[in-house]
Amino acid sequence: MFYREAGQFKTSYAADQALFPILQDRIGIGVILAIAFIVIPVFGDAFLLNAVMIPFLIFSLAAIGLNILIGYTGLLSLGTGGFMGVGAYACYKLTTIFPDVNVLVWVIASGFFSAGVGLVFGLPSLRIKGFYLAVATLAAQFFLSWCFIRVPWLYNYNVSGAIEVPLRALFGVPVTGATATPLTRYLIVLTIVVLMTLAASNLVRGRIGRMFMAVRDMDIAAELVGIRLLPTKLLAFAVSSFYCGVAGAMMVFLWYGGAEADVFNVNQSFFVLFMVIIGGLGSLLGSYLGAALIFILPILLRIIPPKFGLSIHAATVEHLSFMIVGALIIFFLIVEPAGLARLWQLAKQKLRVWPFPY
Amino acid sequence: MDILYKIFLDPFVQMGAAPDLLVQTLWDGLVAGVLYALIALGFVLIFKASGVFNFAQGIMVVFAALTLVGLYEHGVPAFLALVLTIAVMYGLAFAVERVVLRPLINQPDIILFMATFGLTYFLIGLGELVFGGDPKVMISDQLLLPRGAYEIKMFGGFVQLQKIDIAAAVIASVMVLALGVFFQKTRIGRALRAVADSHKAALSVGISLEYIWVVVWFAAGIVALATGIMWGARSNVSFALEIIALKALPVLILGGFTSIPGAIVGGVIIGVGEKIGEFYWGPLLGSGIESWLAYVIALIFLLFRPQGLFGERIIERI
Repeated sequence: MFYREAGQFKTSYAADQALFPILQDRIGIGVILAIAFIVIPVFGDAFLLNAVMIPFLIFSLAAIGLNILIGYTGLLSLGTGGFMGVGAYACYKLTTIFPDVNVLVWVIASGFFSAGVGLVFGLPSLRIKGFYLAVATLAAQFFLSWCFIRVPWLYNYNVSGAIEVPLRALFGVPVTGATATPLTRYLIVLTIVVLMTLAASNLVRGRIGRMFMAVRDMDIAAELVGIRLLPTKLLAFAVSSFYCGVAGAMMVFLWYGGAEADVFNVNQSFFVLFMVIIGGLGSLLGSYLGAALIFILPILLRIIPPKFGLSIHAATVEHLSFMIVGALIIFFLIVEPAGLARLWQLAKQKLRVWPFPY
Repeated sequence: MDILYKIFLDPFVQMGAAPDLLVQTLWDGLVAGVLYALIALGFVLIFKASGVFNFAQGIMVVFAALTLVGLYEHGVPAFLALVLTIAVMYGLAFAVERVVLRPLINQPDIILFMATFGLTYFLIGLGELVFGGDPKVMISDQLLLPRGAYEIKMFGGFVQLQKIDIAAAVIASVMVLALGVFFQKTRIGRALRAVADSHKAALSVGISLEYIWVVVWFAAGIVALATGIMWGARSNVSFALEIIALKALPVLILGGFTSIPGAIVGGVIIGVGEKIGEFYWGPLLGSGIESWLAYVIALIFLLFRPQGLFGERIIERI
């Protein structure tokens, strides 16, 4: 009833291959973009922008990166945190060496460094599969975290061992550093994330994406139909690391404003992995839903109890939120192992046939 | 030239010059390896019988040790606390099977893997909530674990062997032997192996999967308790142990996910390799290479044997 494709005829190949062939989808996306670009900046306060929306978008981007690797190509990786770190540190080095170049150029360019590192650590994937590969990528994670601590060149020999984001302006408006307003940073993050999501959705529905999916479904069979495994798997690693690298660079430059090596530890990898699994493997929408659930849930757990007049000890809240997040992860896996994106599929079907049950 | 000398020659010269230090390093590596192997053993047990990659094994170690110490601090005698902890581990195994595994039967491996992640978070929260997050001292004296060290004269120097380390090695060997006998000789052990081979075939000859899973998770819980006692006696009982548990993963892939001897051999290779590497080659790179060396060693082995040293050969059909 509300979501019915019937009557929407496609009369050209261009219409058939459109990103959103259905009118309702186009309207929906338009509304979401309008909310993101207009409503939230106008009505949102600094807390909403800084503590909820910016990190949510950044984690969504990292989750999309990981989803390309796990959900589309079927290569399990636990090195996300390390690759995000490569992006952050590359961006930091680049902008301190070439301070006159626009910092946003470096945020994107740092993705290429991350992609290069991803290529190297993706090499074992040709021989190693499944959980063995996951543990092998942990080697990347721990090696990179070690580098962030032990290679002082990476943080310009700072005594603290941390990287501090310098002040950089774009057309006279500060975009990074202490004086950049949350609103500016939010709009920049949003623009980058939207553009990169668009790129990802075109990538995964084109030839490359189909190659990825063929490799995921069975790599030997994919090889037999003429897909070269090594370049395909390495490409998946490179693209995925690129996304993670940009996410990492944005995380430090547009959110934290400074970071230590500890930010990019193995827990960060697990955190992003949760988002991908809970959101739904092989779904870009799922990456957003997963990031929303996993990131926003602990915030809600912290905010809600005081609203009801319950004053719980801060440490207790921390422990309880650990327990609740753990239990919810198990709960979501049991009720919907295919992820939150599947719920949206089911909802669409319901909307299609409403008011009839089927 | 100088750097080549430092990498390829100098460490061996050092080893030759001070053999007592070499023996000490080897021994330290061996002990660390045995403890890694114990954690890996818990993984292998569960993976063999249910195909679940149990990420929560590390936190189960902490949880078991915390329960033991926590009960003792509340005035329960040490050995009664031990028995009660075993009961708690049984309860945990039962709950995990009932609440997590049974609804997720027949799901892809990665989903089960994620579920054990959820379990990890849950147990961290629960452990901290009940017992507090502070490090605790293991009650090694009350459990009659030895203390102190033997000093052995060797090559004109001393090699120090901690008694607790010897005890750990002995307990680990006994446990592996007991598990071996359990798997090979007993009725339940045979059922376990049948389940490991094929869930469907095992079901069709009347083996109850639910029961077997409780048994395996319980066995892994006991292994976790032993590991927790040993680790706790060497350092403190705290959630930092969880990071060490991640070290069991390279051990696991080195030995192969399905092999009990593999876990032991892998543990020893990783432990010794890590300590030797850190001691002789570490200074070249700046210290702390222990944190990733284990993974790199495992990675190199994997490039030649993708299924681990003792893993079953991977056969792929189209």
